[in-house]
Formats: sequence, structure tokens, C-alpha cells
Amino acid sequence: MTSYYLDHLQYLETEAIHIMREVAAEFERPALLFSGGKDSICLLRLAEKAFRPSDIPMPFLNIDTGHHFPELNEFRDRRAAELGGKLIVRTVEDALAKGIANATPGQVSRNHLQIPTLLAAIEEFQFDCCIGGARRDEEKARAKERFFSFRDSFGQWDPKNQRPEIWNLYNARLNPGENMRVFPLSNWTEMDVWEYIRKEKLEVPKIYFSHPRQCVRRGGQWVPATDLVPPKSGEQVADLIVRVRTIGDIISTGCVESPADNVDDIIAEISIARVTERGSRADDKVSEAAMEDRKKAGYF
Amino acid sequence: MPVPLHHPVDLLRFSTCGSVDDGKSTLIGRLLYDSKSLMEDQIEALERSADITGGGQINLANLTDGLRAEREQGITIDVAYRYFATPRRKFIIADTPGHVQYTRNMVTGSSSANLSIVLVDARLGVIEQSRRHTCIASLLRIPHLVVAVNKMDLVNWSEERFNEIRDDFEAFLPRLDMKDVKFIPVSALNGDNVVDPSPHTPWYPGPTLLGHLEGVHIGSDWNLADFRLPVQWVNRPNNPKDHSLHDFRGLSGQIAGGIVRVGQPLMVLPSGFSSRVKEIHTPEGRVDEAFCPQSVTIVLEHDIDVSRGDVLVDPSALPGCSQDLHARVCWMHPRPLQAGKKYHLKQSTQSALAIVQSVDHRINITTLDADEESNELAMNDIGEIHLRTSKPIVFDGYANNRLTGSFILVEQGTNATVCAGMLYPPTEIARPEYRDFCI
Repeated sequence: MTSYYLDHLQYLETEAIHIMREVAAEFERPALLFSGGKDSICLLRLAEKAFRPSDIPMPFLNIDTGHHFPELNEFRDRRAAELGGKLIVRTVEDALAKGIANATPGQVSRNHLQIPTLLAAIEEFQFDCCIGGARRDEEKARAKERFFSFRDSFGQWDPKNQRPEIWNLYNARLNPGENMRVFPLSNWTEMDVWEYIRKEKLEVPKIYFSHPRQCVRRGGQWVPATDLVPPKSGEQVADLIVRVRTIGDIISTGCVESPADNVDDIIAEISIARVTERGSRADDKVSEAAMEDRKKAGYF
Repeated sequence: MPVPLHHPVDLLRFSTCGSVDDGKSTLIGRLLYDSKSLMEDQIEALERSADITGGGQINLANLTDGLRAEREQGITIDVAYRYFATPRRKFIIADTPGHVQYTRNMVTGSSSANLSIVLVDARLGVIEQSRRHTCIASLLRIPHLVVAVNKMDLVNWSEERFNEIRDDFEAFLPRLDMKDVKFIPVSALNGDNVVDPSPHTPWYPGPTLLGHLEGVHIGSDWNLADFRLPVQWVNRPNNPKDHSLHDFRGLSGQIAGGIVRVGQPLMVLPSGFSSRVKEIHTPEGRVDEAFCPQSVTIVLEHDIDVSRGDVLVDPSALPGCSQDLHARVCWMHPRPLQAGKKYHLKQSTQSALAIVQSVDHRINITTLDADEESNELAMNDIGEIHLRTSKPIVFDGYANNRLTGSFILVEQGTNATVCAGMLYPPTEIARPEYRDFCI
């Protein structure tokens, strides 16, 4: 091999940086969605690299369901402060109080309530573009989504009518009220994300690593035992050594039993894993089109 | 737990294209399944949908048909991307559907591919669709082509049949300028020669499909000859804490061709201002040399006027720079392309208005010959047009550089992306007004 050669991580990095810079150049009021999860941690590093020595020229936005892992929010706030970035947090709690979002009676999950909360935040700050960390390998509706995913003035995605994306030419044109979601990590896999975390020595929230936690068996998986949905009688509760593979709300995130307490071990674990990452997210199991339906309504 | 070895693994992007019955989904399913890239919950989901809708039959197409409408109608609507890896390489598959919007989808899925797989049914041989697919691959200048002769089990693994198909195919290849074409006899259904070598083809000495995908040399697929940096974004720190950065002015972009070194003279087009490279910053830090397709930030020795849309080039290898463009285009919208209409043009990082001066003719996509003269192009047509832009565009011929030789047109008002264009080489190179100008 000559030295004029990029390995897969360098290639994915250069592609993602190109996309970040297109956003900075083509949009007036972009925001970067930052949750503190592993994908958005990579996103943040790519943004640092794309724009340095300048500061990242956009604020960070997070939609807090109120059911986040506390470790995640702590990490989110600290990282944003370290980077000197402006972090905007809008909460489902607040959206409920203001009547922007309405809870479905009897439903505890707030996953779907992120949609009106996010759309309200976009309107409040007049964001024309939100950069997100979604990847195409996560889910099959996402496998069809573009890097630049156009949303109409209702925030909706129309999968049947997407703009063709050809070469590296992204059509960023919008009419007033319309919005773009941009996904620089589209071509990354779960493995790429962890390899990048290792290569860049990125800090991730501790809950990705093996730790003791009281869990309750629900829907075929172990979820954290919390006061939000206390264990019912008859439900199996156990103290386990677990880690989380993907982070959703605390009430629906499956914990996997694992001794992996460092990035190398996680990479080794994923390389022999026989279940996809989203196999541990109850919010995706509702139906075959769960993600597609949420995206059509304006989800990330 | 053992830690996997780290060694450089590169990335191959390939596209597959085909119609419902030629076994494309089966082939992809086979690649994923036999290379152990399918997970248990994915297989479970397949089985679940088989019980509900498929009469118990697992349909590997459900792996890629991710949208509700696709599953309802049993058709594939849009390009789907799939990812898998072997210890030697990572792969991105752009799986493009073969029906209605064949050309549009294939162009979308293949524009940045290193390789494309044409599936040929061994019973049917080379049919119009195989030619069409190959012609589009040639138009897009996909560097490598694989002709997978599928369903070999249904022709008794006949070497003669395989050779016949190869000869048929090779008969129309010379006019297409495809440099690397590989023929592989396979049975996607049974897995022969997909991941594992087949016991039925002792007469075939070559690699399996996966073996070929892992081994094909893609190091020279980028243009490393003529330096081009379309400026994406000007990097000027606001109120930096580090005072040495007060005067920092970097030009950020992805190198679209060639190699750049510190100290090298550069010219800015269209203006023609000249300077030298003072610093090169890459994602991995400051370097003396960078190359296509790295994303970089370059600092010049002189403080000259450069902004987004300008192109930094090697003055000894100048591109074209003109308001008159001649191109082959693929039309992607139900409203036809007509002479006299105006569109937004985006080429590398340059944006301009463009008026269609003339639609010269349509191109027959099974032969690449000029078809009847036509003054409009309909959806999925490929044709030749002349454009006039509102300002000079810096460009290369598409054959020379896929990144600086391509453009899109966007419809005014709706903002729909309606056209993919591939430029003919410039008739003359850039002749900037201020050739000798230097601050």
C-alpha cells in the first residue's frame, strides 16, 4: 500500500467532516443534537475536527424526556461545558406543562413525546438544520434515509419522495419553515463507532461499561429497576453485572450481562455478538415500522 | 477476551442492481448470511414476517425493503444501504431496485461506488437489462465491474453456457471503456462461489464473489494527479483564547483530486490569484502533505480573497473554467427537462444559476449511441445538453475526475434535485485574468 491511502475509519471521518462543513456553510441556524450517547460523542469529536482551530459554530441541542439515565445527563452537561459550547436542553416535562405535548393516557414511555418537544425547539430557535448521530445500520427504515434528510414544514419525513443524493453533492435548499436533518454517521456501523472511540481515546458515560445494577425482566430483556415503573409482583428482579449497548430511556433500555469494562473488551464483544444493537431497545420493537412511523412524524 | 488485531482495513463501496427475479436479494442475503453478518434478531424478524405475510417462506428481500410501503407492495422503492465486514475489508452495499425508476436509482446508488455487480440469469443470458446496467456503470465510470452469472445450477453448471454468456458480454464491452470486468459463475440460492468455492465448477479457476470483493485493488480509484481543493468553508476563529490565532485564516474542504505539499504554489480559480501553501491541517493534525479524498484546512502564505466556491488548483495542471458547459445528464424528475428552463446548479462547492441552452439528443442506454434528436428529456432519460451558467464554473471532465466533473441541478421553487450531470472535458483550460497577480 502507498501512503496515499485511507483506511476505513479515516475514510468515514473525512466523509463526515465534509458533511459537517457543508452544514456550516449552507445553513444559517444549524444545531447539533447531543445526548451524551456514544454516537453523538463521535459526532462532537468530528465537529471539533471539522472546525478547529475555530469553535464548533453551532449550539448543542438535547431533548430530555425526563427518563434519561442520570449518568448520561451528567456526562452531557460536562462535555458541553468542556468544549465551551452552548447547550440547549428542552424537556418533555416542560412541553407537557405548556401543552405542546400531550401524554397518551396509561402510557409511561415518553419516547414519542420527544417529537413535539423537538419540533417546538426547532421553531423556538428557528433552526434550519439539526445534525444527528443516526446510522443506517441501526434500523431498516434508516437504511433508506439520506445524509441530508428533508423535512417539510410539519417536520415530516416522506420516504417515498426523497431527494436523490449523487456523488458528494448535497442539496441543502429549503423554503421557509422547512427543515433539514443531517446524519454524518450514516455510513458508520456500531463497530466503526467503537473503533473510533478507541482510536480517538474518547470518554464515554460509564454505563456503557460493565457495572452492577438491579434489573427487572421485562419483554424478554433486563431493564433497569427504577421508581418510574416499579417491579410488579411476579416480575423477576435480579442484581446483575451489566452494561448497556445503546442508550434510550431508562425504562426501555435493555441491559446486557457483560464483563466488558473497557473499550477493547466492548469491541471484542461486538465482533462476536449475534444480536443487533437495537435488539435491546423496546421502543423499536413495537412494530416492524416503528422507526419509520416515528420518523414520518418528525422524530430525529 | 481476545482483542481483535488492528490492521488497516479499507472500505469498498459497491452497488447491485437488478429486477425482481434475477436473484439480487438472494445474492445479498447470501453474502450477509454466509459471511456471518446477519444477526439473530434480524433472522428472527425475517421469520416473524414470513409467518405473518409470506406463508412461512423467508424472504431475504425483507432485509433490505425497510419501508412499510415496500413490504405492502412487495417492491423496492428506494436505494437501501447495507453494511458488512470481513477481516480484510469493510463493505457498503447500495442495493438499488430495478423497477420503475431504474436509471434514477442506479445513478443514485452507484455514483460513488468502486464496483458494481451485474447479475445475469444463466438461463436467459445477456438481456437488455444487463446491457443497460453495464452502460450506466460505464457512464458513471465505476472503476470495477463484476458480472455474476447466476442460477448456474439451473444450467447444470455448464462451462459452455458460462463461456457463451461471457463472449456475448465481451462483444459489446470494447465500446464502453470498462477497464476491469470480472465474470464469476454463481448460484446465489445455494451459495456456490458466493462466499465458499463451489464443488461444481472445477473449470473455473477464479475467486469467489466475496474473494474478489476482498481482493480487488481500489487504491488507484481516486484521481491523485491534478490537485483540486473546492473551498467549502473559510475557517476564521472568532475571539480565540489563543492570541496566535487572531490572524488564522484557513481554507477548509475535501481534496477532490491530487496531492498537496507545504511550499507548493497554488492558484485560486476563477480569480487567478496565486500563493503558496503555508500549512496543511488534517483530522490527524498538521502535516506536510495531503491527498484526495482527505478533508483538510489549508493556510496560504498570502492573505488573498478566497471564499466558498473558489477552487485551489495546481497551476501546472489547470482545470477548465467556463460559463458554457457541455454534459451528459440523467434526468430524475417527472417534469421534463426542456431548453430555456433555469435551474440552480451545484458543482463541487460552487453554486450558480444555469439555463439550458439546448437539449442535443437522448442517449440510447443499451448501446450508448445518440438516439433520435429530442428537445426534451423525460424522467430516467439520459441525454446530452449544453448549459450556460450565471458565473464561471471551475471543472474537469468527468472521465478525469468524478468529483470536479459532476454536478446536480435543482428545480427552483420546489428545490427538488432533478438532474445528475457528467461534464465533458473543457475545450480550453482556465485563462484567468490576473495570471501574474500576487500580493
